[in-house]
Amino acid sequence: MLRTQKLGEADRIITVLTKRAGKVRGVAKGVRRTTSRFGARLEPFSHVDLQLHEGRSLDVITQVETIRPYGEALVADYPRYTAGTAMLETADRLTLGEKEPALRQFLLLVGGLRTLAEREHEARLVLDAYFLRSLAVAGYAPALSECARCGAEAVRAFAIAAGGVVCGSCRPPAATVPAAETITLMIALLRGDWPMADASEPRHRTECSGLVAAYLQWHLEHGIRSLRHVEREQAREPGREWWPSAGEPGAVSPPGAARGFDPKSTPNSHIFRA
Amino acid sequence: MYEGVVQNLIDELGMLPGVGPKSAQRIAFHLLAADPADVKRLAHALLEVKERVRFCRVCGNVAAEEECRICRDQRRDPHVICVVEESKDVVAIEKTREFRGRYHVLGGAISPIDGVGPDDLRIRELMTRLADGQVTELILATDPNLEGEATATYLARLVKPMGLKVTRLASGLPVGGDLEYADEVTLGRAFEGRRLLDV
Ligand SMILES: [Zn+2]
Ligand SMILES: [Zn+2]
Repeated sequence: MLRTQKLGEADRIITVLTKRAGKVRGVAKGVRRTTSRFGARLEPFSHVDLQLHEGRSLDVITQVETIRPYGEALVADYPRYTAGTAMLETADRLTLGEKEPALRQFLLLVGGLRTLAEREHEARLVLDAYFLRSLAVAGYAPALSECARCGAEAVRAFAIAAGGVVCGSCRPPAATVPAAETITLMIALLRGDWPMADASEPRHRTECSGLVAAYLQWHLEHGIRSLRHVEREQAREPGREWWPSAGEPGAVSPPGAARGFDPKSTPNSHIFRA
Repeated sequence: MYEGVVQNLIDELGMLPGVGPKSAQRIAFHLLAADPADVKRLAHALLEVKERVRFCRVCGNVAAEEECRICRDQRRDPHVICVVEESKDVVAIEKTREFRGRYHVLGGAISPIDGVGPDDLRIRELMTRLADGQVTELILATDPNLEGEATATYLARLVKPMGLKVTRLASGLPVGGDLEYADEVTLGRAFEGRRLLDV
């Protein structure tokens, strides 16, 4: 289940990525009413067995059985929920046509959601691994070990427009020079080498997320909207403040000041702003 | 397609939630055939609601004055705040007669895919209300669907350092549904059996 949109009084339009038929949109009738037999089974993140009846403009959902309700686990953990949302949006954007088979994207998404729900690896690592692999499946794999332009082995910089790492002579002026460990982490994530990825340092993870996000946004024309709201598990960057600072219009005393609540400790660090 | 003014009306009606092109056409022709006085009353009500009704400066509920009826009522318990997504949820909960505290209307739920994050809701205003230490319990009554649950999780984590009791409406509410569709009995029961949230 990729996404749901309200339709009329009590219906929803459901977008699903299917194993055999690619992306499909269907109507779930009466799903928002208390008596609906579909209930929570048609929520985003759910892996379901679905039966649709071909309709005039949209297919109509006639039966749903839950295989795995990943939403339950994700929704109880805010950083995982935001990472999962970015996965769903990316899957939606990378599968362009409706009813065009996209088996590899399907398997990748199910695997990504399962890994995210299992909580064994940091949510943002799982998300970055998913981004890299789904881009690769879509034909946009970044070059990570050899120069994206000439294939030379000595690589230094990362140039998004060139398609990955570049050597000293191919390097465009705007290319960034990430730490070697960051590139190693990206390779590990693309290959699914978790022991290596889990052993990486926070600063390299942050740099990796920045590069992957920029690379993804460059390849998807309108960007991924939910990426702006993805949170890392621990705040490693100064978080955004909740209220205007003193002196600004509308300034109020910081919430919780009376209780000794430090607003800066809220895990609200927006790593990437689109 | 119809003559200009009729088509305009159909287009405008068609933009209302829950009104498809067929219904818009039906309503338009109903209005054409209706008594002019009735139509004038409807038009007046539409204009009046935009001119007179605003949002409560404290809780965000719809209000006829600066503060809504509930916030002005001194008999309401100031120690408990019930957080809901929309004003219509306040109406649904008021019908149960189970709740005597105050409300806070967020103006929606966190939905990253629609570009709605915590900063787009009235969460900052909620934090300001909690600052003076008067509130001891926060009831999270966001919709029992995915966005509502995620919003509750976010709020519970955010207020955790403040050490107040945070509860969530009990299950029994139809998961995946809208709070406004829950019947009074179910919603009332969900209030009685609300569970402590620990994130
Ligand atoms: Zn080169
Ligand atoms: Zn009010």
